[in-house]
This record gives sequence, structure tokens and C-alpha cells, in this order.
Amino acid sequence: MSRGVVLFSALAFGYAFLYLPILLLIIYSFNDSANVAIWGGWTLRWYGALLGNDSLLGAFWVSLRVAVVSASFAVALGTAAGLALARFGRFRGRALFGGMITAPLVMPEVITGLSLLLLFVTLQGLIGWPAGRGMTTIMIAHTTFAMAYVAIIVQSRLSGMDESVEEAAQDLGARPFKVFLVITLPLIAPALVAGWLLAFTLSLDDLVIASFVSGPGSSTLPMEVFSSVRRGVSPEINALATLFVLFVSVGIIIAGILLNRQERRRQRDDQLAYSGRAQEV
Amino acid sequence: MSRKGFLPLGQRMAEAGPPSWPHGLQWLEQVLEGLWAVCLVVLRRLGLVGRRLVVNLPFFWLALFFLVPFAIVLEISFAESDFGQPPYTPLFEWVEPSALAIRINLGNYTFLLQDSLYILAYLNSLKIAAISTVLCLLIGYPMAYAIARADPRWRPALLMLVILPFWTSFLIRVYAWIGILNSDGLLNNFLLWLGVIGEPLAIRHTEVAIYIGIVYSYLPFMVLPLYANLEKMDRSLLEAAADLGCRPIRAFLTVTLPLSLPGVLAGSLLVFIPAVGEFVIPELLGGSDNLMIGKVLWDEFFANRDWPVASAVAIALLLFLVIPIMLFQWAQGRQQERRT
Repeated sequence: MSRGVVLFSALAFGYAFLYLPILLLIIYSFNDSANVAIWGGWTLRWYGALLGNDSLLGAFWVSLRVAVVSASFAVALGTAAGLALARFGRFRGRALFGGMITAPLVMPEVITGLSLLLLFVTLQGLIGWPAGRGMTTIMIAHTTFAMAYVAIIVQSRLSGMDESVEEAAQDLGARPFKVFLVITLPLIAPALVAGWLLAFTLSLDDLVIASFVSGPGSSTLPMEVFSSVRRGVSPEINALATLFVLFVSVGIIIAGILLNRQERRRQRDDQLAYSGRAQEV
Repeated sequence: MSRKGFLPLGQRMAEAGPPSWPHGLQWLEQVLEGLWAVCLVVLRRLGLVGRRLVVNLPFFWLALFFLVPFAIVLEISFAESDFGQPPYTPLFEWVEPSALAIRINLGNYTFLLQDSLYILAYLNSLKIAAISTVLCLLIGYPMAYAIARADPRWRPALLMLVILPFWTSFLIRVYAWIGILNSDGLLNNFLLWLGVIGEPLAIRHTEVAIYIGIVYSYLPFMVLPLYANLEKMDRSLLEAAADLGCRPIRAFLTVTLPLSLPGVLAGSLLVFIPAVGEFVIPELLGGSDNLMIGKVLWDEFFANRDWPVASAVAIALLLFLVIPIMLFQWAQGRQQERRT
């Protein structure tokens, strides 16, 4: 009994620690007082002010475009990498390959940012590309670190999956590419959706790497928020944060429900398939 | 989808046949086919077709944008700072058509060793990251354990609640603590109102604020690998221990804890390594005397515009992290092998 109480309070403390700050942030975004720490009644005026803030809105569009493009590239490259790691056995250079996939997960962002910037500057000096820094360089940087996350997700999905279905298709004469398109891709689709969403939010969230590789006129939303936060707490940023949290939570919950439903349907199909086979035998 | 659903898809594709070209444009089809064949030959030569493509494309991408950059950082850490664009001198220079001069400047590294600021910043970063990791473990382990022992129906929701903050912006979560920890912030107002304290506590701009920020931001990274490990554990081992008269607390210490060490290692490294190079948290929550190396690198680059010294700082930081990163790679590799 006492053990249950201990575990329960550990969970309660942990969740309170995780959610109380966000909750306070949301509540104080409706605070009708210029002093952020003193409660002055409810208002929506900070949300109105947000809509009139052109530099934040402009940065938001930059961030959104960068996030969509880099998430899509990250899914394409990360899927290939995950497939190679999970299905290709031991190929030449696998150790290096695996290392390059896992290292970006823990590499401090200041190092990744600095090294990519120096690469872009050197490349510009050598071949003239990329000409200057801006959205393109941010997209490349985000693709690089997000593809590692996608690769890990795809790999763990694939290694938890039965290889026999793919082998069966191959035995029936399907070419590898067709096997991938018709069998593997539908099976790992949930992992791709999860990977895309993760890559998208990672890109939308990144401050440090973007600060290094961005150029004039291509400030992302976190960069604008950071320069504003440095000057102090502002209710407008609270409003922005609330919208962000709302947007992300709704997205995640919808994606979670959809994936869960699809997974259950797949399991039911499997059961049906197996019971059908049992009857045939 | 029933089993019937699979068949019509293939049949439909077969019945439709290849799309036919509009009248008068058939020659274009042949030209395109010819071009494609040439492309295939070239691509095959480059190893960019079929199975090799799947490996080579991400491999080349990562080599170009992850591996090569480190070599360039290493190179520039030996350059000299210069007024210009880019703000450093080249290492290799043709002095005459037939003579290549290589100038390696070790000054940046001796500078790091001589100025105690850098050494203190490195040591302080390691200390802060280590203490934060232990704090994460102390909060995260009971949470992961409780989730792993919860009713299976509740586990996905409980886990989702741990992951959800990780999806919301990192910057916003750190920002939330500014409003709480400020001297005129919510925590101080609350404590003053309660009458627990007579005057505001100075928490922001101290090391304590950095610990709070790091633990808060990195807690999900600790809980997830721990949960994955604890959830897989064979419960019959605990039953066996109980049958043999072992008290629960002892069973935990002698069975559960040792078996969960791989999870502890993975979680600790996922917290420790990024925390050493953390920039945002010390910048926003810490004070000017709380040196951390990520912040030093940032200032060296953005404020002083000294790219060579910033590169030397990065290389030295990498040297500190090589062992933890190798350890992490090894743990990951072992986990992959066990899974396959």
C-alpha cells in the first residue's frame, strides 16, 4: 500500500513540475496588467497586439517554410538511413554510418551550428554556393539534425516488424523497390508521420543552430522570441507561447488518436488474416 | 481493411496499364527513355541506384553536412583572427606558383590554457551538467518506475504526458521559468504572500536557476529510456525474489536497479552531453558569473567575432565529450544488436 502511495506521489510531483510552469504561462497571457507578475484581471489584448506585430509574424512565416521543407527532406533521407540500418545487415561503412546517425542526437547545438556555418562559408569561398546565408542554409542544417531522429524512429519501427511479409513479396517476384512501395511503406507510415511531426517541431523550435547559419532578413521565430525575451518578460510572448502550446497539443493529440486507431485496425487485419489462413488449412 | 482489399489494388494497377502518350508525341517517349537509360548508367556508376542509393544518399549527406564541418572547425581553430570576410586568415597559401605555405597557429589553444576563464568555464559546465544529470535521475527514475508499473491501459496516456512538453518549444519552456524565478516573479510573490519569506529570494541569475532549467528541459530524455528499460523487465524475477523471502526494497536494490543500469546509462548520457554545451538556459536563467562553455563559445563568436578562438573552444569541448559520446554510441549499438 505505502509503495503505491510513494509511486503515486512521485508521478504527481513529476507531472506538476512539468506542467505548472506552462500552466502559469498560459494563465498570465490573459493578464490585464503591464507588470507581468501582478494579476490585473482578464484580457485578450496581448493576442490582439500579437496580430499587429509584423516582425514576429514575418519570422513565423520564415520558420513555417523552413520547417515544412526541412521536415520533408529529413523524412526522405531519414527513412533511407533507417531502412539501411534495419534491413541491410552489415554493409561496408556501417559503423561510421551508425555513428553519424546517433551523434547528432547528443551533439551540443553550439558545436553543430558553428561547424555548419564554417562549412557554408568555406563552400561559398570554394564553389560560390551557397551564395550568402539565409533560408536555404537553415533548411540544410535542420534537415541534417532532424534526419537522425527520423532514422532512429524508422529503424525501431522496422526492427519491431516481421520481415517475412517483405520476403514473401520478394519470393513472389516483386522487385525491391516495389516491395518497399507496396509492403514496407504502408507498414512504416505511422513512423513516417511521427518522424515528420518531430522533425517539423524540432525545426520550428531551434534557436541556436539557426542563429549561426541564418543571414540578414531570415530571422526565424525562435530568434525573434529570443531577442525579445532577452529584454525581459513580455505578455505578448506569453500569448505567443500559449498559441504555440495549444497548436502543438491539438496536433499531437489528433495525430496520436489517428495513429492509435490505424494501429488497432492493422492489428485487427492481422488477426483476420491469420484466422482466415487457419480456416483455409 | 479486409484481405480482399489488397487484391483490387494490384489488379487495378495491372488493368489500367501504362499511361498512353497523346497522338504525335510518341517520339518524345522514346527520347525520354533514351535519356533515362543514360542517366541510369551514370547513376549506377556513382552508386546512386537501387540498394546502394538507399545507403549512399543519407551517407553522403551526413558526411558533407556533419563530418566534413568538424574537419573545417579543426582547420579554422589553427587560423588567425583577421578583419575581413570571412574573419580569419587562410591556413594554406600559394606564396609562389610552386610553393605552398602552411601556417599553423597554435595561439588559440595556448590562449585557452592561459586564460583561466576558459578552464573555469569548462570545469563549471561539467559540474553543472553532472549535478543536473543526477537530479534528473532522482526525479525521473521514480516517474519511469511508476509508469512502468501502472495499469497497462494507462501507460500510453501517462507516457504521452511526459513526451508532450518535449514537443512544445524548448525556448518557451525556459522562458516560463523567467517569470517564475524573477526577484519580482511569481514564486517570490507567492512566498511573500504566504509570509514564508520576508524579502524576495534571489533565484534567477544563480546556479540554482540553471539546475532548475536543465532538469526541467531534459527530464523527458531521462524518463523515456528508463521507462523503455523498466517496462521490458521480466517481472517473474521479482516474484522469485519475493518467494525466496526478499523484502521489496531489497528486491528493488538487488534485482530491479542492476537490471535497469543500461537505461540509467542511456538516459544520463542523453541529459549530460547536451547539458555540457547548453547555451539558452545559462543565458536566460543564469547570471553573468555562472560561466558555461556553450555561452563562452557563443559570445566568442557573436560578440567578439573571433571565429578561430570559437573553433578552438568547440574542438576542446568535443575532446571533453568524446568519451561520453563514444559510450553513448556503444550503448545504442548494443541496444540495436539485441533488438535484431
